[in-house]
Amino acid sequence: MNITSAPPTTDRRIDVALPGAAGQTEAVAWLEGAQAQIAGRAVWSEVRLEIGAGEFTAILGPNGSGKTTLLRVLLGELPLAAGRASVLGRDPGAAKGQIGYLPQRRHFDAGIRIRGVDLVRLGLDGARWGLPIRALGRDRVREAIELVCASEYATRPIGRLSGGEQQRLLIAQALVTDPRVLILDEPLDSLDLPNQTAVSALLARICKQQGVTVLLVAHDVNPLLSYLDRVVYFGAGRAAVGTPREVITAGTLSRLYGVPIEVLTTADGRLFVAGLPEAPAHHSGRHEHDEQ
Amino acid sequence: MSSSALPLAGLSLDPVSDFQQLTAFPFMVNALEAGTAVAIMAGVVGWFMVLRRESFAGHTLSLMAFPGATGALLIGLPAAAGYFVFCGASALVIGLGSSGVRRHRGEESALTGVVQALGLACGFVFLSLYQGVLAGYENLLFGDFLGITRGQVLTLAIVAVLALCGFALVGRPLLFASVDETVARARGVPVRGLALAFLLVLGLAVAATAQITGVLLVFALLVAPAATAQQITCRIGASLVLSVILGVAITWAGLALAYFYSEPVGFYITTVAFTIYVIARVTRAVIDHSTLLRRRPEIAEAHA
Repeated sequence: MNITSAPPTTDRRIDVALPGAAGQTEAVAWLEGAQAQIAGRAVWSEVRLEIGAGEFTAILGPNGSGKTTLLRVLLGELPLAAGRASVLGRDPGAAKGQIGYLPQRRHFDAGIRIRGVDLVRLGLDGARWGLPIRALGRDRVREAIELVCASEYATRPIGRLSGGEQQRLLIAQALVTDPRVLILDEPLDSLDLPNQTAVSALLARICKQQGVTVLLVAHDVNPLLSYLDRVVYFGAGRAAVGTPREVITAGTLSRLYGVPIEVLTTADGRLFVAGLPEAPAHHSGRHEHDEQ
Repeated sequence: MSSSALPLAGLSLDPVSDFQQLTAFPFMVNALEAGTAVAIMAGVVGWFMVLRRESFAGHTLSLMAFPGATGALLIGLPAAAGYFVFCGASALVIGLGSSGVRRHRGEESALTGVVQALGLACGFVFLSLYQGVLAGYENLLFGDFLGITRGQVLTLAIVAVLALCGFALVGRPLLFASVDETVARARGVPVRGLALAFLLVLGLAVAATAQITGVLLVFALLVAPAATAQQITCRIGASLVLSVILGVAITWAGLALAYFYSEPVGFYITTVAFTIYVIARVTRAVIDHSTLLRRRPEIAEAHA
């Protein structure tokens, strides 16, 4: 086992070059010299980012470092204070119809007697006025449910399903409009370890098989690490962007988090991040939201 | 007020003769028609109310019919006018005062509680200001079906049709906002506006229902059919239809029992509704438990 560990440096500016492959495909998300402000305070600045079509990207970093803020910028909910941004070649927000968005995990009360399949269908036609036309979109709903392997329990009441089963159906709900980009805020939050691994694998499969660009905020990189094409690490008001091997080094992570962090390489060449401050994952997002 | 004074043969358990007796008098035909209109509307409105977990707001709005009725009597208006004004105004106050965000539901229930207390206090003040003896105010509280006029039937039918048209128009976004508020908002559903609109319709439905069941027992017709239907099936369409059917059946049973026996109609409606709900709830619990037992071996296998 090869252990690399470096002391935190004083260098504030963290910039990791984009991989050479960038540019061969149309950028799905693109930021340059970007600064985001919330209540007049800069959350992060000088962020340069380019995400290609069909890539699987994780947005990581300590609490309050601006992970959810980036999602809000890309969804067009928060204008940049400086710099430029585009999503699918247009202004953020203009491409909303082609983005499937999964907000932070919602809780379904055990007493809610609505079937999973109806919840998925609402993703397709829930925002439309007037009487529903049942026949429309039935195939699309079935496909989305098959895609996340939830056919077995899709007709049971959503409140009686496990956290992992609910999360799969919510992913199907986000996928039912056939989006080009899937944006997820903490999809692994409050899932147990087997479900974190399973949902990570599911998202990777959707990304590769369906060609959907997947962009997610996560707290713990480890369940995702083997699937990621790119990581965006926020910390100390800056972002480090690149492939996992470029960014996930002891030096970079220690600098971003401000505490010593070790990156281990297992015998089969996989990375493992150790020494992250024990963050209660189920609280993380709420802190960020409150700041906003 | 008791129907025992009428020349009746009594309940004979022969459906044809019972139905003939039931519809022998125009006042009873009025009551059945008004009850049907109210039950259909209450079935749909109540279904959404149960789904949205807004039973407390519904309960408060139903109590607002009490100050509404006594206030109207005080200034010489028909009680129905007071019902609609007070229930509608309270729905507006509760709707505008609450933030419309799920995680702030606590504040909303506090506000609802304050509105409820104030409304009840107003009701009793109006009652004491009303110098004469308020004839039959038990009827106000527990329901009266003898004095329903053609005009009332027409008003209730119009209110019911308007409410149903409203639901046909906003039903889906309202459903989306009710079960999955965050995503609905992200998809551009006006969650806040729908919440307010729903409370207003709920206020109207309550005001209409109170005229049949009485102020204190509105709730039976709003909650029980919807909650029972949701226990029986989790299919949206089937559950809505069942809620309406149960509401109409409970109302007819209640009116018929009140016609043949002497207790107030509200008592019978509540008793029938409660019985059906308990049966559905117990059956659901038994079915869920046995399904869980049947599925457990599969789960154990999948993890092995």
